[in-house]
Amino acid sequence: MHELSIAQEILRIIHQYVPDPQPNCVKSVKVSIGKMSNILTDSLNFCFEAITSNSALNGTKLEIIETAVKISCLNCLKESEIEPPVFACPVCGHNQIKIISGTEMQVEEIELFDEIESTTASGSQLKEKE
Amino acid sequence: MSVITVERKVLEKNDAIAQQNRATFKNKNLFTMNLVSSPGSGKTSLVERTIHHTKDKFKIAVIEGDVQTSLDAERVDAYGVPVVQIVTQGACHLEASLVRDAFGQIEKNNFEVLFIENVGNLVCPAGYDLGEDLKVVIVSTTEGDDKPLKYPAMFRNASAVIINKIDLVPYLKCSPETLEKNALSINPSLKVFKTSCTTDEGISVWCEWIETKIKK
Repeated sequence: MHELSIAQEILRIIHQYVPDPQPNCVKSVKVSIGKMSNILTDSLNFCFEAITSNSALNGTKLEIIETAVKISCLNCLKESEIEPPVFACPVCGHNQIKIISGTEMQVEEIELFDEIESTTASGSQLKEKE
Repeated sequence: MSVITVERKVLEKNDAIAQQNRATFKNKNLFTMNLVSSPGSGKTSLVERTIHHTKDKFKIAVIEGDVQTSLDAERVDAYGVPVVQIVTQGACHLEASLVRDAFGQIEKNNFEVLFIENVGNLVCPAGYDLGEDLKVVIVSTTEGDDKPLKYPAMFRNASAVIINKIDLVPYLKCSPETLEKNALSINPSLKVFKTSCTTDEGISVWCEWIETKIKK
């Protein structure tokens, strides 16, 4: 439901690394989205496409990696994957558990097209030529 | 192929402002609750009954969040407490920056407890830290006893659950015991309250709990 806000935050972070993107500059952006972060990946893709389509980032692919919900059991100390809404240790059945992943939303990396790499790095030089 | 390693949280900006809010609230010795629920569960009624029951014990201020209108702030304002309305203009949750700006309008007042009434929504507010001490999720009996299972993230992130409209149970298929069991299956550390804002059942127990949380 709030995928547009999330897409805007991703775009804000991209701009910090590529402040003045040129067309066909950023190939893809890898983001990890926890399965318990209440994000619909199709909707996030749609929103990201919508806010970048009229910019130099048109065509930049959002590569979403969905991360499983992992817990650490406070009883048997084992780490396991769980499937919400069942919040119990699959090994010993105890419900005193700590979620160690699956709620995160993180921008992992930005992949640039080779030929643009130098352009981005020397963006100011390029502007002078123009 | 060139790859820039980023490894940054998508909501880092909100999280940073939330931490600033938390420091501000701590500095003022406030006990701050982020009230979350679906629309119509009775958040504002609970705030009203809490103010009424505790007016001789401690002072409360309220930040109201709604998609549209200042109707909730007007209701709370009738009790003579500091209140400010955030209108999100369509956004489905409150963000830390909105709370920071709203708090600036009431911080000069003298109070010990701050209620932040979030936008009625059991999904999106779960992911946004506002700088509160804890989240309280309100679920009413009319919503059905399966809600914790359907919206686990919200119940997992909360510290307390209020099962509201308990007076309506005789007319409903909802079992408050099942609702409580479902909530505790998601999060066994939840503190559970059962209340009615019509009959005031359970309100004093809830108010006494808040009193134990007030920072001296």
